[in-house]
Amino acid sequence: MNNPQLEIQIIAAIVAIACAIPGVFLVLRKMSLISDAISHAILPGIVIGFFITQDLNSPILILLAAFMGVITVVLVEFIQKTNLVKEDTAIGLVFPILFSIGVILIAKNANDVHLDVDAVLLGELAFAPFDRLLIDGTDWGPKSLWVMGIILIITIVLLLLFYKELKVSTFDTGLASALGFSPIIMHYGLMSVSSITVVGAFDAVGAILVVALIIAPAATAYLLTEDLKKMIWLSILFGVASAILGYWVAHFLDASISGSIATTLGFIFLIVYLIAPSKGLIAVLYRQKQQRIEASLITFLLHLNRHEEVRERHINHLQEHINWGIVRSKTVLDLAEKNNLIQIDNNIVALTEKGLLFTEKSLEYIISNKDEKIEPMKEDFFLFRG
Amino acid sequence: MSIQEYFQLVWNDYTLRTITGGTAVLGAICGMLGSFAVLRKESLLGDAISHAALPGIALAFLITGAKDSGVLLLGALVSGLIGTFWIRGITSKTHLKSDTALGLILSIFFGFGMLLLTFIQKQPNANQAGLDKYLFGQAATLVESDVRLMIIVTGISLVVMLLFWKEFKLLLFDEDYTKTLGFNTKFIDIIITFLIVLAIVLGLQTVGVVLMSAILLAPAAAARQWTNNLSTMVILAAVFGAFSGVFGTAISASQNNLSTGPVIVLVAGVFVLFSFIFSPKRGLLFREIRFRKNRSDLQLMKTLQFMYSIAEEHENISHPHAIRILNNFHGFTKTSLKKLENEGLIAINGQDWALTPKGFKQAQEMYNQKPANE
Amino acid sequence: MNEKVAIKIDDLTVAYNYKPVLWDIDLTIPESVLMAIVGPNGAGKSTLIKAILGIIKPIAGSVSIYGKPYQKNRKLVAYVPQKGSVDWDFPTTAFDVVLMGTYGKLGWIKRPGQNEKKIALEAMEKVGMLAFKNRQISQLSGGQQQRVFLARALAQDASIYFMDEPFQGVDATTEIAIINILKELRRAGKTVIVVHHDLQTVPEYFDWVTFLNVKKIATGPVKDIFNDDNLTKTYGINYKVAVNK
Repeated sequence: MNNPQLEIQIIAAIVAIACAIPGVFLVLRKMSLISDAISHAILPGIVIGFFITQDLNSPILILLAAFMGVITVVLVEFIQKTNLVKEDTAIGLVFPILFSIGVILIAKNANDVHLDVDAVLLGELAFAPFDRLLIDGTDWGPKSLWVMGIILIITIVLLLLFYKELKVSTFDTGLASALGFSPIIMHYGLMSVSSITVVGAFDAVGAILVVALIIAPAATAYLLTEDLKKMIWLSILFGVASAILGYWVAHFLDASISGSIATTLGFIFLIVYLIAPSKGLIAVLYRQKQQRIEASLITFLLHLNRHEEVRERHINHLQEHINWGIVRSKTVLDLAEKNNLIQIDNNIVALTEKGLLFTEKSLEYIISNKDEKIEPMKEDFFLFRG
Repeated sequence: MSIQEYFQLVWNDYTLRTITGGTAVLGAICGMLGSFAVLRKESLLGDAISHAALPGIALAFLITGAKDSGVLLLGALVSGLIGTFWIRGITSKTHLKSDTALGLILSIFFGFGMLLLTFIQKQPNANQAGLDKYLFGQAATLVESDVRLMIIVTGISLVVMLLFWKEFKLLLFDEDYTKTLGFNTKFIDIIITFLIVLAIVLGLQTVGVVLMSAILLAPAAAARQWTNNLSTMVILAAVFGAFSGVFGTAISASQNNLSTGPVIVLVAGVFVLFSFIFSPKRGLLFREIRFRKNRSDLQLMKTLQFMYSIAEEHENISHPHAIRILNNFHGFTKTSLKKLENEGLIAINGQDWALTPKGFKQAQEMYNQKPANE
Repeated sequence: MNEKVAIKIDDLTVAYNYKPVLWDIDLTIPESVLMAIVGPNGAGKSTLIKAILGIIKPIAGSVSIYGKPYQKNRKLVAYVPQKGSVDWDFPTTAFDVVLMGTYGKLGWIKRPGQNEKKIALEAMEKVGMLAFKNRQISQLSGGQQQRVFLARALAQDASIYFMDEPFQGVDATTEIAIINILKELRRAGKTVIVVHHDLQTVPEYFDWVTFLNVKKIATGPVKDIFNDDNLTKTYGINYKVAVNK
């Protein structure tokens, strides 16, 4: 591993961390798509900034473009308030139009602006190490490392300072106002930080992949935990892991680094989406099946409890009356019998004493609207779960 | 080439005619189907689908080696549909919200597509030229067979839409009710989604994945402002879309260095802006005018009522009073007095005013109505 | 009273996300009654209607409409959903919404013709909305929107009418107009089932009532079973309501 390779990975990792932190809050506030809007809409800001400064890493350009991002948010919110179109349409209209303006500005000034539209979308991480920060002839390392490093430090400082306020205003806007933290200041503060991060990362990873770095780590982490602190740490972990893994995949395929990072993020999300312990697809499907059978079981037991007549307790009744297929009826019957909740005598089903006790108790909870108490009760009564 | 020259050439020049025809048809179908996307509150789904289509194009090329747009669009269609259904899977099976699911699929599929595209570029044997047109679109690469494909797809969508018009409208307005009437809502939903994905995929070559969603939304959002009728909205959106296509092509053809996609988006954006401001019923301008008029009417009526409360104490309702006693009353101005006089509600004589019988009656009616309203 | 059974529900259990919200409901509703379904918030009143109409699939039990499953006899049933369940900014007119009531009998693809339009206009007249037929639905008041929904159900020309909180957010005049139409339907031998919130008006408006709170508490004629005992069982300890008898 040579020096530029190492530098690329460090830059990628720093970008990943800087994106992951605001990403967590955007995902929790159901505003993920704002990052998409900002990442497109800052383009005219970058172009105008470039006219002025002639330097993509200039702080003035970054601030100007970030301001453009905040303007986008304001514009979207203004259109939403007019009720002329639905909220999502407002976002969908604003950013392509601003982006188009940016693209046309670049095209019309192709001779003055050495910006390539492809580079805008993709960024060029591979070139990042060659743009060095030189002060008095001394090489201080890649410029983008400094830019992103400073943005990351600002983000972390703000996060530490306003952690409590951010947390409260994310989960409970009403409480936040009552406690005197203005949700509006938090909102625009977060938007500003997101904009600055997007602009800074834009140069390295491009407009659309910065969205992947913001949303994907947070979304993946959210499938694993609901604890804010853990979620931030996990997002950072996923972001950094994808950045480094993605770099090497790109290296071996000789393909775009940022595309590769996004693909890695996608893979990690896919795996977590499938196998996350309680929120993953497999767990959810398994739990739904179990809950379905157990709900059916309780329904059946309650039915037995309510009906004395032999006719209602005949095995065939399950299929006819309760409207269950043969497989389902058999699963439910077997489960009830395995748990000693029922006994079957001559095709007539009756509750056992244990079954009776369980049923009476669940009934009590159901009537008093405390269904949630049935869940721990199942632990006590069931030897076998659905 | 100037815009006038463009319009002179458009009928004879093969390339211009093809491109213009293509963008017009594309604008029309997108406007038409975009209306459904907007009304279903699925505006941003279009953005996700168009981005999700990119890896499909790249994979189709990798597998078949074909540059034929039909094959590539088929790949785009498949991967767009996978993206759509994965988004639905995420929102229905996990606690992630739709905004996160959309943004996630959009950026990850796009990233994967870029990975594949750059990978293809580096392949020594593959002549990949032409794949990156799907990023921003290049209307200039349209050939007659592409336009024919667009016309066929638009025709089919139109037929399907007319056939299921009643069902589409019902589902868009009230899904539960649709179910109770015995319609298979899943089936209708799949047709609508499929048509929208089809329109998006069709536009990728011309407008590109990045800006495709705007072509879908903008004409529909503009059309919505001018009508309260679904069929008019769909037709208007198709017209706006087609015009955006033609004007966009004309402008970009008459300038150097301008790709068609962004110009079409901006033209459509102008339609939106114009509609937002100047639509007579919903537009911001007339809304503001109505608001001001209501406020000044309210002000006038308040003045009239104040006059009534003074005049009431005299037997003769038209007894003149000095204008200066109104000075303490907030909201009274010379112009407001003039307006009241013009409407025949008061009579002004030098420094005095008096209620006319008509003015007295109107004020009295307001006075009596007031408690009933509150 | 006609003894014919309009709706028979057996052992119905419905769950949202596998958390049951209705437990083992048995319910028989005779033909030609005007019935209120009452119960506290979260008692599953709307869910019961939606399960009967096949909008939600129950996890157990069966529903029959005049002896047949819903899908077989759906043309006998009309439905008025909660007003808040649709987007009233949708670009359509009051008349168009009412016309939707005729779509069920038309079936797939067929377009509404003169006959359907006539039915829709008649329904609008019945609810006093004929003057507003070309009005965009967002420009109607809450009461007028509810009348449009009622007209749409009337256009279905059904035998059984289900209504989900038709008096929610409507003015007093509309409430009286609606209840008069419902009473008229009942007199014409139709069965009307209403999810209802205002306990005070139950004896005045309805002749049949079902108390529901996750499970069925009681069902029967208002004069027999609308009493403090059942109200307490449904709404909790010592629930009293000033009932004008």
